[in-house]
Amino acid sequence: MPFYETASVDLPTDTTVQVRRSFKAPRDLVWRAHAEPKLLQRWCVGMPGWTMPVCDMDVRVGGKYLWRWRSDEGGAEFGFHGEFREVDRPAGLAFTQFFDPGDVGGDMGEGALIRNMFEEQDGVTTMTSLMDFYTKEARDAAVATGMTDGMELSYQRLDEICAEAAT
Amino acid sequence: MTKADRLDATFAALADPTRRAILARLATGEASVAELAEPFAISQPAVSKHLKVLERAGLISIGQDAQRRPRKLEAEPLKEANDFLERYRAIWEMNFVRLDALLDEMQGKPPKAKN
Repeated sequence: MPFYETASVDLPTDTTVQVRRSFKAPRDLVWRAHAEPKLLQRWCVGMPGWTMPVCDMDVRVGGKYLWRWRSDEGGAEFGFHGEFREVDRPAGLAFTQFFDPGDVGGDMGEGALIRNMFEEQDGVTTMTSLMDFYTKEARDAAVATGMTDGMELSYQRLDEICAEAAT
Repeated sequence: MTKADRLDATFAALADPTRRAILARLATGEASVAELAEPFAISQPAVSKHLKVLERAGLISIGQDAQRRPRKLEAEPLKEANDFLERYRAIWEMNFVRLDALLDEMQGKPPKAKN
């Protein structure tokens, strides 16, 4: 299993995006960081300047979740919601995902099926997140706009941050 | 074509393994249709069809030589598609760097100095 020191993004089929990343931690911890709201809220905030104030999760097959992000600047909000389809601690999680454009607009088609798999070897856990958007158009829209059109506004800031980091 | 349309065309063109292999071949230098067909177990007309898709997406163009009509790679749309993937990747990576820190904390490791 290769070590993905930084995130690797591939488009393995017309409708899917695959993100892989390795972590120096046992997979049960990585699983918990994806399944416990208090932990997920601490890292899954996307762009700088955003927080995840709503993170309700009923982690069992058929259980629902509701995630909402908010921009510190101006308070724009958007969210995702869906239902858990597979809950297999610590090997993985699968859930449906529907986009709630909130104040930021955008459209992600009829949703997606996300499958997060965690594999551990020698104390390193590699996560593979396979996101199936069902149609190529929805997949491309999701990739081309990052997460939402609203977040596009923050890209400029991202470019600034990257430029700063490079100097 | 708008930027979004161009990206659609680029991603559609890249979604096929034969077309990706053709682009990889063209990355090493221009080639005629016959030369491009050679390594693939498909007919020249089938290769021509793939080339049309790549051409429409602006990923390749036809070179000067009127006889050979060599195809050559056009880097700009590929770069544009790659930039989008890179931005998408960057958002994930920002999350994962925070997750690294959280996992260190959960394991009782001292926080890493920010560099």
